[in-house]
Amino acid sequence: MSQELAAQGDFASVPALLARNAKTYGNRPAYREKEFGIWQSWTWAEAAEEIENLALGLLALGIDRGDHVAIIGRNRPAHYWAMVAAQKVGAVPVPLYQDAVVEEMEYVLDHCGARFVICGDQEQVDKVIEVQESVKHIEHVIYYDKRGLRKYDHSHLHWYHDIQEEGRVAHARLEDEMAKREAELSYDSTCVMLYTSGTTGRPKGVVLSNRNIIESAKNTSGFDNLGVNEDILAYLPMAWVGDFIFSLGQAMWCGFCVNCPESPETMMTDLREIGPTYYFAPPRVFETQLTNVMIRMEDSGDLKYALFHHFMDFAKKGAGEKYGMPRRKVTTQKKTLEQKLRHGFRYAMGVGFATETVIENLIRLGFAKLRHGKDVRKHFKAKDPIGLKLYRGNAHDYFKYRCGDVLVYGPLKDTLGFGRIRVGYTAGEAIGPEIFEFYRSMGINLKQLYGQTEATVFITVQPDGEVRNDTVGVPAPGVELKLSDTGEIFYRSPGTFVEYYNNPESTADTKDPEGWVATGDAGFFDKSNGHLRIIDRAKDVGKMADGRLFAPKYVENKLKFYPDILEAVVFGNNRDMCTAFINIDLTAVGNWAERNNVAYASYQELAGHPQVLDTIQEHVEAVNKSVSEDEMLSGCQIHRFLILHKELDADDGEMTRTRKVRRKIVEEKYAPLIDALYGGKSEQFIETEVTYEDGRKGSIKATLDIRDAAVVGKEQGMAAE
Amino acid sequence: MTTATDMNASSADSYVTADGRTIGGVVMDLKNITLRFGGVVAIKDISFDIREGEIRAIIGPNGAGKSSMLNVISGFYKPQEGEVWFRGSKRPPMKPYQVARQGLARTFQNIALFDGMTVLDNIMTGRLNHMKANMFQQAIWKGKAEREEIANREICEKVIDFLEIQHIRKTPVGRLPYGLKKRVELARALAAQPSLLLLDEPMAGMNVEEKEDMSRFILDMNDEFGTTIALIEHDMGVVMDLSDRVVVMDYGKKIGDGTPDEVRNNQDVIDAYLGVAHD
Repeated sequence: MSQELAAQGDFASVPALLARNAKTYGNRPAYREKEFGIWQSWTWAEAAEEIENLALGLLALGIDRGDHVAIIGRNRPAHYWAMVAAQKVGAVPVPLYQDAVVEEMEYVLDHCGARFVICGDQEQVDKVIEVQESVKHIEHVIYYDKRGLRKYDHSHLHWYHDIQEEGRVAHARLEDEMAKREAELSYDSTCVMLYTSGTTGRPKGVVLSNRNIIESAKNTSGFDNLGVNEDILAYLPMAWVGDFIFSLGQAMWCGFCVNCPESPETMMTDLREIGPTYYFAPPRVFETQLTNVMIRMEDSGDLKYALFHHFMDFAKKGAGEKYGMPRRKVTTQKKTLEQKLRHGFRYAMGVGFATETVIENLIRLGFAKLRHGKDVRKHFKAKDPIGLKLYRGNAHDYFKYRCGDVLVYGPLKDTLGFGRIRVGYTAGEAIGPEIFEFYRSMGINLKQLYGQTEATVFITVQPDGEVRNDTVGVPAPGVELKLSDTGEIFYRSPGTFVEYYNNPESTADTKDPEGWVATGDAGFFDKSNGHLRIIDRAKDVGKMADGRLFAPKYVENKLKFYPDILEAVVFGNNRDMCTAFINIDLTAVGNWAERNNVAYASYQELAGHPQVLDTIQEHVEAVNKSVSEDEMLSGCQIHRFLILHKELDADDGEMTRTRKVRRKIVEEKYAPLIDALYGGKSEQFIETEVTYEDGRKGSIKATLDIRDAAVVGKEQGMAAE
Repeated sequence: MTTATDMNASSADSYVTADGRTIGGVVMDLKNITLRFGGVVAIKDISFDIREGEIRAIIGPNGAGKSSMLNVISGFYKPQEGEVWFRGSKRPPMKPYQVARQGLARTFQNIALFDGMTVLDNIMTGRLNHMKANMFQQAIWKGKAEREEIANREICEKVIDFLEIQHIRKTPVGRLPYGLKKRVELARALAAQPSLLLLDEPMAGMNVEEKEDMSRFILDMNDEFGTTIALIEHDMGVVMDLSDRVVVMDYGKKIGDGTPDEVRNNQDVIDAYLGVAHD
């Protein structure tokens, strides 16, 4: 597909791609959004017209070449159009995080010097108006949802549709100017500016050129065989590079359809209705969904419960990898008679065995109930149908998988909205092996990638069929990789960013004259297959007091793979032992508490419950055991831990908006707790300030228990000394 | 923004509030209402009016007769004495459904939704007064009934969008938490596109955040659709912030009437709320 498109001529900018799509795919859906309970859709031709009107309207307002246009709002077609419209008139779109508080927004708006701001709704307009008190260069604010904004002063505030209307009227007058500016766009002109989430310090504006975006989109679309038939759900923050590349870069390149959910709360139902074929989600989303599935299975009937576990266990033993994966290519050709018969046979066998399974297990369950009464769930295990015994070896597994597909995997995938997925990606953090395996065994082609904003997402990706949960894959097409002596990863690619906006020092620090960029992550190549493995942030990898390697992320990830643990922070740099803060997962632990008649009123109370502490201690000890198996990292076993009395939160500055822990801030804020962990105390009092969503502040007080955890191996002796 | 002068030109009665809303002439006028239950006098000779486009609050201590007053307005109770004037004509004794057809809608102090039905179905019941298709047309479905359903569904969807309850559209009401049920009830009342909306303690039992949301919806509703709203509420902060004029009742009598500021400084009102020695 990609070669075919490239042959049609060079497309040097996103607006050029849009023009091509409007011409080639004019009648195909380009954007859908659920509004008033119905999926409204726009074809490429309609979208191109909307964008043109907006671009002309912006021109009429007096937008200049190189102006920055800030865009703040949830994923809506109108906001994507605004980005392209800005590009069309030579300006640079700057999407911002919509849940950013005023101070964060103030810094970014001040730094990028935006004259135009496009807001989603009243909430964002209010924030911008507040920012305008100190940031004087904002001239025009455009909003999309007019609700609640009627009484505002409209001298510099405009409704999106009014601007479009103005553009329509001014069409004849400004068309030439727009065409001229569009023609000026080249492969090296700026496409977009995205702000990093700022895990460390202030966010930096990453300038990406058309070359970065289009080359990355082209290479990776080819890599995964993405075509015009894909459907994606755009629900990730628009300010994040991933959403920009998936929902704008690749969508423009391939011409596929971008679907926007009705509201953030309806994301799950909308996902199900759309059934995307190409999907991206951070590990946390998969984790939450798996937790929900498990909780709902606990509440289901005995037969369903038994069948679910029977077939999931089977799929996890490798059958899913072997028989479940979707075919790489979607053929649009008509099926031959032989294919039709084969598919019919396969389906009939699946349905036949499924019927048999249900009937046989239902009868067995009846007998089991007579014997065990209410305890039946503990004793009853589902079995394969008798009919399957006719087949041996591969054929047996194959038909059993088809049978499971009809009974368990298919319906489950459908419920989760993953029924049509051909390619799914997860990135950002390590994903738990059980979680990864669960989704893959169901026949979802979930893969990992490793990337960052500065690389226009892609550094390494896992090719189909070479997927493992502990590596991040091979270099993406066009990417070169090298490792420094300290193990830090460097890359060079067509997607490498141009510069940090107004920050030449940082640019020089990150990117050397030859174009190599430091990722700041430490890793190594797996000897067996050449895949890259990431250990941790290079600067987080430290030394313990006795010189052994300290890699906190490695241990934290192992802890977080337990559903009960939401977040963990491990300390130990330059110390003689490792300790940890732990956040429990309220959904999972709350469910456990309900089941075991443990009464609790708040997160804090549940977190301090002795039985919860016992469970977490078990988890910590299990992690210690698995850490001890790795010789290099065996020093990172956790000797002492505590459960925090509140969840780490972005509003309190403890995490970034992309939910990565800000280690330094946590360390400073909870200094008394760390002292207590190393001081050998068994409990510690702490008072913490918290910020509510509306910006007000309060405080939480608690006395936390500190526990000792058993360690394994050489460590044991040392601890005893 | 519109100025006070050009709005005044349209109607002699109307005026513009400080925040730029236009308050029109009198919609509902209650004249010397007295309501008795046997020997108990619930409302004693009360008169007040509600103007087009305003938010009118009725406050008072427990047992003051506020809900009875609302029931008189909605036609559920028939006062023994006094007259109810609606849009310039005297209202004869009516059944509640007839009153609803005149363009009145209300919410209840204790939520009165259909628990087994979904949120959407509940809101659709608010449109029943606007549906004309008879039983046979409903049975055949194609034609009038279908057209009507689509048109009414569109109105309901706009209300759902307005009150931000898209995520529970298909959820049975019985499974919802209290705050959301209150919002669904408001949605049902709003779906009827009333010219006068009666809210009986819309914020009772809510936390601060829910109250803020609800206040925003009430203000937006008044602003966006120009709905006239009469509400009973106990939270003084909310009442003083939201309403244009306040009626204060105590023991079935009206003890104060005016803008929030006037009412706040009224000695009778202060006595009723803080208590005073009866001699």
